[in-house]
Amino acid sequence: MTHHSPTPPARGCGNAPILKERGQREVFCGLTGIIWLHRKMQDAFFLVVGSRTCAHLLQSAAGVMIFAEPRFGTAILEEQDLAGMADAHDELDREVGRLLARRPDIRQLFLVGSCPSEVIKLDLSRAAERLTRVHAPHVRVLNYSGSGIETTFTEGEDACLASMVPVLPETQARELLVVGALPDVVEDQMLGLLRDMGVGPVRVLPARRSEEIPAVGPNTVFALTQPFLGETTSALERRGARHLAAPFPFGEEGTTAWLAAVAAEFGVDAETFARVTEAPRARARKAIATVAEGLRGKSIFFFPDSQLEIPLARFLTRECGMEAVEVGAPYIHKQVVGPDLDLLAEGPVISEGQDVDLQLDRVRAARPDLTVCGLGLANPLEAEGLTTKWAIELVFTPVHFYEQAADLAGLFARPLRRKGLLSGLSGGVAGGGGRAGAAASGGIEPPSTARGQARAASGEGSA
Amino acid sequence: MKLTVWTYEGPPHVGAMRVATGMKDLHYVLHAPQGDTYADLLFTMIERRNHRPPVTYTTFQARDLGADTAGLFKQAAQDAYARFKPQALIVGASCTAELIQDDPGGLAETMGLPVPVIALELPSYSRKENFGTDETFFQLARALARPMEKTAHVTANLIGPTGLGFRHRDDVVEVTALLNEMGIEVNVVAPMGATPADIARMGQAHFNVLMYPEHAEAAARWMERDLKLPFTKTVPIGVGATWDFLKEVSEITGLPVRADDSRLRLPWWSKSVDSTYLTGKRVFLFGDGTHVRAAARIARDEMGFEVVGLGCYNREMARPIRALAKEFGLEALVTDDYLEVEAAIEALAPEMILGTQMERHIGKRLGIPCAVISAPVHVQDFPARYSPQMGWEGANVIFDTWVHPLVMGLEEHLLHMFRDDFEFHDAAGPSHHGGHAPKPLERTPAEPAAAAEEGAQPVPAAPVPQPVSTVEVVWLPAAENELKKIPFFVRGKARRNTEKFAAERGVREIGVDTLYEAKAHYAR
Repeated sequence: MTHHSPTPPARGCGNAPILKERGQREVFCGLTGIIWLHRKMQDAFFLVVGSRTCAHLLQSAAGVMIFAEPRFGTAILEEQDLAGMADAHDELDREVGRLLARRPDIRQLFLVGSCPSEVIKLDLSRAAERLTRVHAPHVRVLNYSGSGIETTFTEGEDACLASMVPVLPETQARELLVVGALPDVVEDQMLGLLRDMGVGPVRVLPARRSEEIPAVGPNTVFALTQPFLGETTSALERRGARHLAAPFPFGEEGTTAWLAAVAAEFGVDAETFARVTEAPRARARKAIATVAEGLRGKSIFFFPDSQLEIPLARFLTRECGMEAVEVGAPYIHKQVVGPDLDLLAEGPVISEGQDVDLQLDRVRAARPDLTVCGLGLANPLEAEGLTTKWAIELVFTPVHFYEQAADLAGLFARPLRRKGLLSGLSGGVAGGGGRAGAAASGGIEPPSTARGQARAASGEGSA
Repeated sequence: MKLTVWTYEGPPHVGAMRVATGMKDLHYVLHAPQGDTYADLLFTMIERRNHRPPVTYTTFQARDLGADTAGLFKQAAQDAYARFKPQALIVGASCTAELIQDDPGGLAETMGLPVPVIALELPSYSRKENFGTDETFFQLARALARPMEKTAHVTANLIGPTGLGFRHRDDVVEVTALLNEMGIEVNVVAPMGATPADIARMGQAHFNVLMYPEHAEAAARWMERDLKLPFTKTVPIGVGATWDFLKEVSEITGLPVRADDSRLRLPWWSKSVDSTYLTGKRVFLFGDGTHVRAAARIARDEMGFEVVGLGCYNREMARPIRALAKEFGLEALVTDDYLEVEAAIEALAPEMILGTQMERHIGKRLGIPCAVISAPVHVQDFPARYSPQMGWEGANVIFDTWVHPLVMGLEEHLLHMFRDDFEFHDAAGPSHHGGHAPKPLERTPAEPAAAAEEGAQPVPAAPVPQPVSTVEVVWLPAAENELKKIPFFVRGKARRNTEKFAAERGVREIGVDTLYEAKAHYAR
């Protein structure tokens, strides 16, 4: 890299031992990716073939229901579907026919496998082929599995993108393919930077609409914007494309290194690179510096969630002055996150997989200043006095590239800042504020005396 | 196979979790794949619980399927017992584990754990969340509760409140106060707040208060038979129902009805002249059977509304809800398909919806105000303040909650009088709700039918039963304009009535006169 290469630490985590754990995992399954994918691909519909649990997960994980006629749904398997497999296929054909008749705007339909559909071995690839024949050329039907027995959270996006790769058109053109679902505004910034450097043509996967679907071939070079795309990487390599390894574009340093890898590949001269990146780099550094004040010297502990953990730990330790205690990831694809691991100074425990009770023991012993974890753990840990950042927000917020670098730091700084602001909760009585969430603990002390009634009447008896 | 976009109820094992999470010193070992842990966030985020639900998920993966998933279950159960030391365990399977047929109950039995282990059979592919709560509590009661000597003075168990329940936290306080006023103490509240040891001593009580039939009816019936505990049939939501409940308690216990209703405000608030504008408001009710039944009575007899449609999503309550609808001269809508509910609301064009969070969203889309009366819950349904539905304070809370979404008395008149004021027009919404951007007058959300007729927007819903009024009648431009001058909260009704009026008379073109003839015809 002639343009810019970050100075690696004396000893990075590239060869650090990995603590591998196997036990209860407090993570979402791959179906969750549908929540952002269905907004990203505007003419795609995601039809989960699964159970009521799948449907309930999707509406619960979305947090707020997206009532604007979501482009996803669940074909809920019922008892009679489990009995006869041929019937299940007929039923699926009927539901798909109905759906497509109602939504003529749909051009791509993803049949998404779930735990139950995998266990009963409902062959969705056969169904997708059959349905493509029926509904072509207007609709293309693909399938992938978002099941919990095979995918963890963001692996759902990986499986979805990987399912698209074999049917991408063939090209001999030398093109850059940028892979990973980004918010439109971030994607446009990225395309602008590359255009200004003279890199092109640039294609993106997933495309916003089906007519913009990229082609792929032996002269395609691809860069990932998300670290969880291991299967997609393999699928693209099978099509002859070449992976451009780089740190991920989080923070000023990560973004610069990512752009530099692309620039080197496409022969961008150093002067052009500097001209295009100088101003946004300076902006990003300045903005991060302000936010990072609240992070400097603070310790951080990552529970495994989205696979963003290693690149984020790199950003927070190198650019925001935090100290990583443990960096847990559901899976570690060294081919993909190797450059980030190399830049992360040795010290933190790097863990893969999860046994949540053992990991909770470790976080309680370490008492980090900030714990990054899933929604199921955040409030319980807050009630124990730990400050938390819910990990899912990192996937739902624009955080990539220069202009979002400070926002990314801000996501981690805000819980700490809030903790500092909330100084008035104990009424000055020692321990008065320590009963966090006591009212919600489910403990009911029924007022058994007349005083209890008075409390109830005056609206004070809710605890 | 049924295509579902949103569901009113989760799977039955989530019901079991609601029981376990409401209780103390009980642990649930759930044979389930990775991902089913999403259910934890229902409790930690929506209900803001400060502890993890007491659930261990075995987290099997694809590669385990050919190997030893049963061994994985036994290990998880062993570890969970060792770590949490519960008084009792419940064990069961989620939808996927049901398919691999490891029989968690049988496996746990062979392990010789030193505490009671209760096996749950919750068929995921035919039943839902409320079945899960009811069945789990029933199995717990059957396994743990035994006939016992009654307490010296009169006591009752409050049964039905669970984790993630709609206002259960505060209903318990309110019902406890009602009983205390009659000199009755509470023996056990269950499942919420109870330990397995508490469940075991439920038989000491003189009777059960069945607060939520959805969650505890099976247990109530079993206790009636095997523990000789009668249970109350009236759910004390609303003024009339609360008095009926007290009379029922009096009949069961032989104690006279004693109640201090000095803090009950609904009757006077409803009688006071300010509430005149509530008269005959057309409301649509939807939710779980228990809350809809209570709400229907309050709406008609205590608020003076007109109930124009009602229904419930839990099939277990289909029979009483159909009977109730008949009493109101209506046909009940029993469905868990929210598109059907949306279509029904669209066709009826009520002035207000009393429903769930789902109907709140439907109302938002159709421009109809909505107050929430029932689960499924949302973080907003767990207010910090005391906010019961039951008893005297519950009635007060309901009055406020139902009135809040409406445009208030005099404002309603002003909107009728000065229809085109650029700041004070009807589409801006009730003025006591901040942040309502004035909506364009042309196509307000209260007129989805109009939008669809003009073909301006794709009709979103599935096979939508069309409103009665879509007989081939045409609105002449002048009448259409006149219609726009009618405030949005009655415009849907005016449109519907006029079209019905025209259709009945074979009038194909609606003019201004038709509009006013219909108005005169339907005047009340």
